[in-house]
Amino acid sequence: MLAGFLAPYDPAEQDREHPFAPPTRVHFIDAEGKLHGWPFIYGLTPSPDNFAEYQEDRSRTFSVRPFVPGDNYSLLGFSLRRHLFGIDEPGRIFLLGTDGYGRDQFSRLLWGGRISLLAGLIAAALSLVLGMVVGMVSGYFGGFTDDALMRLAELFLAMPWLYLLFAVRAFLPLHISPTVAFFLLVAVIGTVGWARPARLIRGVVLSARERKYVLAARGFGATDFYLLRRHILPQTMGVFLTQAALLIPQYILAEVTLSFLGLGVGEPVPSWGNMLGSLQQYHILASYWWMLAPALVLVPVFWGYHVLADFLHERLEFGQ
Amino acid sequence: MAYLLRRLLHGVMVLVGVSVLSFLFVQLAPGEFFSDMRLNPQISPETIASLRAQYGLDRSLPVRYVNWVRSVAKGEWGYSFAYGLPVSQVIWSRARNTLLLTVTAALLAWLISIPLGTYAAERRNRWGDRVTVAGSAVLLTVPDLLLALALLIFAIRTNAFAAGGMASTQFADLGTFAKVKDVAAHFTLPVTALVLGTLPIFFRHVRASMIEALALPSISAARGHGIPRRRILFRYALPAAANPLISLFGFSIASLLSASLLVEVVMSWPGMGPMLLEAILARDLYVVIGAVMLSTLFLVAGNFIADVLLYLSDPRIRQGAV
Repeated sequence: MLAGFLAPYDPAEQDREHPFAPPTRVHFIDAEGKLHGWPFIYGLTPSPDNFAEYQEDRSRTFSVRPFVPGDNYSLLGFSLRRHLFGIDEPGRIFLLGTDGYGRDQFSRLLWGGRISLLAGLIAAALSLVLGMVVGMVSGYFGGFTDDALMRLAELFLAMPWLYLLFAVRAFLPLHISPTVAFFLLVAVIGTVGWARPARLIRGVVLSARERKYVLAARGFGATDFYLLRRHILPQTMGVFLTQAALLIPQYILAEVTLSFLGLGVGEPVPSWGNMLGSLQQYHILASYWWMLAPALVLVPVFWGYHVLADFLHERLEFGQ
Repeated sequence: MAYLLRRLLHGVMVLVGVSVLSFLFVQLAPGEFFSDMRLNPQISPETIASLRAQYGLDRSLPVRYVNWVRSVAKGEWGYSFAYGLPVSQVIWSRARNTLLLTVTAALLAWLISIPLGTYAAERRNRWGDRVTVAGSAVLLTVPDLLLALALLIFAIRTNAFAAGGMASTQFADLGTFAKVKDVAAHFTLPVTALVLGTLPIFFRHVRASMIEALALPSISAARGHGIPRRRILFRYALPAAANPLISLFGFSIASLLSASLLVEVVMSWPGMGPMLLEAILARDLYVVIGAVMLSTLFLVAGNFIADVLLYLSDPRIRQGAV
């Protein structure tokens, strides 16, 4: 959400002078040993002999300033141009270096995170809603409906997950704009993963259906829809939330994987997956470590969701 | 025996269902292998029409399905447009490479996780347990992609392992022993990535079911009888804990296949992963279907092996009680 404000540059802005620039060092003490109140950086001069090698130009300093005006971005419908930090022209600050086109990795990481995290979130919501509907219908009505739906779920579970995802992606168009690709990707990831939550929710519904108060409510003439919504839905919340915490990171990874392989969100829109895509070339992987940043940020994100899932699992499912 | 037959039948049903499902998806797919040719002015529409007729693409879906089933029966699994070969020939060598990776990785991961899980379960909540549990939690949060990339960087920097591919360029000139050594060197890296990726999952399950098994009254009784610790752990507790682990073994094939898809692409291992990716980009749909079917077959086979093992290890199933 706040990517536009936090990032110093537009994610598509290229700086042809600085391909594969290393992360800029932020200094407090200058060459003469004088302490500065504000952090500052030196400019980078491309080395005359070698491609993508740089030296710090100590002759001129650029202070890092807060709330500077820069490229336009929109936040909640407003068009803004203040950024959290930035430096004076012609200096450039690259906190995480640049990629092969001289685009600022830090800005792209923030913008790409927006895409990747959102994709995970929407896809998980889609799966869960599908799973919820199927699970409740299946568990509540039982009989033939239940059998048919659960056989179908078994088929989806029988295929290795990534193969299934790839196969569904294979049958969809390849050359599409990034926006369409994003929604397509979310739809594919979301629909492919409905089977597991559906089965779990069906299990909960099966036991909830036979509870005394549900039977009592039915005796008073409650309709099926009312029973499902009022009495059975709350019972499934524990499983629902735990599954959400498990599915979201899995789906973020799915987006990253597909985009990494070039089957997901495409350039110039950054996503954590397509930012990693260039690493398929070994020389980039070996020489420019900061290109790995999008994979590294996945670790704290996943860790957070794991802790959340464990917590929800203990509190909600066994707490009842 | 009836139990095993029932499981086998179930597996076959799943395969049939998956094949029908993949064909339905094909029908929904816009574009096909020959769509790109339409843009080429040198290829006349008639040529394309005759090519489509040759491969049966102009027929209706049920007819194509029946033809495909026929070709599966002949062992061809349909025809690859891009390679101009029956799909089975394209897939087979790739599948062998993938199996080599996943089976080795599965065996290694189990060989490590069973003693480790048992060790942790026995020392529950002491520091040995805490350290291994924390280690597995860390590994669990590291995505396979990062693991594979990090290992690759390590390999490139140190030159200790061959990075990428399955064989060196001068492979054909080597002797038999040197060939085996060469493949093994290329093979270490992807297998390590896969083992590290699956180890924490296995480890956690082994630990959980061993903790449960060690709490059984029979184990307390065995302790009371002064039976040695090692014998208690591996002769009495492990079989009691085995049931859920054997089921997990079946499922682990699926997760390993998915993980190896990615690892293969990253490390350019000539397995089913890179092939599937190429097939998707070229719209070579029968190869895609073949790959999905084959991976499902591996999974079903894995589950069936697990069922057989369960049947052999659990007397309750043998007597038809469950």
